[in-house]
Amino acid sequence: MASEKVIPTLQKNRILEYLSEGKRFDSRTPEQYRDLKVEMGVSKNAESSVKISLGKTQVLVGVKLGLATPYPDSPAEGTFMVSAEMHPMASPNYEMGRPGINAIELSRVTDRGIRESGLIDVKKLCIREGEKVWQVFVDIVALNDDGNMFDAASIGALIALGNAKLPKYNEAEDKIEFELTDTPLPLDKDVLSFSMTFHKIGDKIVADVGLEEEAISDFRLTIAMGDNGGEPRITAMQKGKAGVITDSDMETILNLASDTWKEKFPQIKKYAFG
Amino acid sequence: MAGDKGIYTKRDDGRKFDEIREMSAEVGIVDSADGSASFNTGHTKAIAVVRGPRTLHPQHMQNPRKGILRVSYGMMPFSVTDRIRPGPNRRSEEISKVTEWALNSVVDLSEYPNTVVDVFIQIPQADAGTRVAGINAAAIALAHAGIPMKEMVSAIGVGKIDKTLVVDLDKYEDSDFHDAEGSTDIPVAITSRTKNISLLQLDGKISVPEFKECVKNAKVACEEILKVQMQALKNIDGGNN
Repeated sequence: MASEKVIPTLQKNRILEYLSEGKRFDSRTPEQYRDLKVEMGVSKNAESSVKISLGKTQVLVGVKLGLATPYPDSPAEGTFMVSAEMHPMASPNYEMGRPGINAIELSRVTDRGIRESGLIDVKKLCIREGEKVWQVFVDIVALNDDGNMFDAASIGALIALGNAKLPKYNEAEDKIEFELTDTPLPLDKDVLSFSMTFHKIGDKIVADVGLEEEAISDFRLTIAMGDNGGEPRITAMQKGKAGVITDSDMETILNLASDTWKEKFPQIKKYAFG
Repeated sequence: MAGDKGIYTKRDDGRKFDEIREMSAEVGIVDSADGSASFNTGHTKAIAVVRGPRTLHPQHMQNPRKGILRVSYGMMPFSVTDRIRPGPNRRSEEISKVTEWALNSVVDLSEYPNTVVDVFIQIPQADAGTRVAGINAAAIALAHAGIPMKEMVSAIGVGKIDKTLVVDLDKYEDSDFHDAEGSTDIPVAITSRTKNISLLQLDGKISVPEFKECVKNAKVACEEILKVQMQALKNIDGGNN
């Protein structure tokens, strides 16, 4: 599976050389994120939709609601599903066909971050206990992969969920009439957490990697953090790739993540909840 | 008499019967692609991305005489009110193929043996006419990618609502109008120089003279669309690409 970009050794060496001087090709510092751009309203047929740009990385995220029968072990709770498409449109390194491991990991990590934080109040998504509940779909479509799809997808999912409104439920005919109500999707705004991904490249920890940096890193660590009285609290983690994390790597990443969280949390919260 | 004219005397969105929806196009929307474009008609949005020519795998699919055009059309899950499951389905597979045929008539890949040119069409928001919007976007994206083309191609949905001939059907006209003679939907693609038909599908009920009139209407509409496509391509130099 040709899912990883191949980088010539010369270019790899140059990236490492730059990083050893604390520099990157696009003139960022190692810990600096690219500019986040948020455009709402990709599809008027969605309960909410957004286009997220992190530099040249672009993802579209849409929220749709459906009706479902609840799971037997949670008859009074709505259900929730995240799907990601890493369509070959977005990168010469993606292939057609069933979602590959990269798309599966992306959707599962995004799903976990949202599910485990308890952001969606699934109890309020119950229509008739044991019979009928709302089903929330979050669909992530990659438009252009220039590295760090993880953070773009996670931020997009949060902002899309935060802006979603329930459609009209016609109880008599037991169907959805697609006309958005003023009722927002029930969310616990206090637990909002978003993920930040750091890569180890050479001996440096680098935030928000571009495509070439991503291809040559030893490992990545995604950390989702939420708010605990103004201080960051970890809500989800995922290590990727074969490299190993040393104690000092971990220390650096946790500090960077905490600083990044403090800087970005107000902005992301504002996009999600206004 | 109203009886002769049928019951569809006014369009649901107030357009004239031969009036196309507001169109816009943009080139260079996906940075990593060889060519890319968006094409919007009313509430319908299409994105097309071109990658290639690149070596085709598996090898046994290669053509040593010329490159191969491969089209993949798909609707995003949130593009319509009832969510669509991600991934290909029977409808998208068929549309991919007819789109491929429509575009194949205008590209010339004889200089690129053993390669493939991939065209990816995605629909973020749908309000009928997605396959023709996709073709319009794809033609721009192919030109943007520098793929040799004999001419451009433009596409439009034409048809008949009850007894009234219309141009550029919206979702209400295409899917929700069932009274009297109902709705006839005819997606047509017209090549820009030779004025031939490179895509044609039809479903509904229509007489031969009415059908001929529809094709004429499509040719007139495609002239307008071509202008939008060419303008978008002209904007490349002055824009940020």
